[in-house]
Amino acid sequence: MIPLKTRIYVTLKPGVLDPQGRAIHNALEGLGFDGIEGVRQGKLIELEHGADLSDEDCDAMCRKLLANTVIENYRIERG
Amino acid sequence: MKAAVVVFPGSNCDRDLAVAIEEVSGTAPVMLWHRETEVPDGVDLIAVPGGFSYGDYLRSGAMAARSPVMRAVADAAGRGVAVLGVCNGFQVLTEVGLLPGALMRNAGLAFVCRSVALEVANNQSIFTSGYEAGEEIAIPVAHHDGNYVADTDVLDRLEGEGRVALRYAESVNGSARNIAGIINDAGNVLGLMPHPERVIEPAHGRTDGRRMFESLLAAVG
Repeated sequence: MIPLKTRIYVTLKPGVLDPQGRAIHNALEGLGFDGIEGVRQGKLIELEHGADLSDEDCDAMCRKLLANTVIENYRIERG
Repeated sequence: MKAAVVVFPGSNCDRDLAVAIEEVSGTAPVMLWHRETEVPDGVDLIAVPGGFSYGDYLRSGAMAARSPVMRAVADAAGRGVAVLGVCNGFQVLTEVGLLPGALMRNAGLAFVCRSVALEVANNQSIFTSGYEAGEEIAIPVAHHDGNYVADTDVLDRLEGEGRVALRYAESVNGSARNIAGIINDAGNVLGLMPHPERVIEPAHGRTDGRRMFESLLAAVG
């Protein structure tokens, strides 16, 4: 049986300074890629599971561990 | 003073903290492995050390904050036991919710490892009573994620309530309002990025960290 997959995207909240994104931006410009106005770096966490996960459980996992909601937002993509 | 030092896989300043505590108090602390579920009776100081707990996986301090021992530490903090978090220990204390805000990647991206000048912003705490208010001291830092972030309301409250214990004399890592260490609202939990345990005896070059342990000894007996 092919496991189900849930993807969780964790991103920095707007307004939180992202020094890594800025460094990536600088590096892209150094490679000659112009016209990029901003870069934000985030995380993708993939969960594989047999039985379906409830929305409540996915949300609880994000709040309790996967994201630090002081500085990060999360988005759950059910696959 | 009966102290305990928490040890996670990847901690690397646990021994330094234990040596500093024993040097100042005369009693060796109990070492508490991350799987422990209770803090021994009678412990009046819990130190959460620096290092790279769980390899800094997910976020610095995130995995350690969900370990069994930290539930016991949070319970003890709730009962008023003093808790000192140094560097990675500070990151763990924010992740577990004992202190507000978060510690992000240094604004300059570089790992910063040097002695830094600090201002004692509050000497009315159990951790800092041995310093003069406004005194400038120097304590080493060694971190990649020391950039303190909190929303404006939290920062205003920390400053208004005198809960900023230490400030960098100049920007070290991009921290909001140059915050180097903060205290919880009850006054029994301190998290700081600098390493006081690394400057406790003349052979270390300075002894500015020693008074933090002496302050604790005076407060908890």
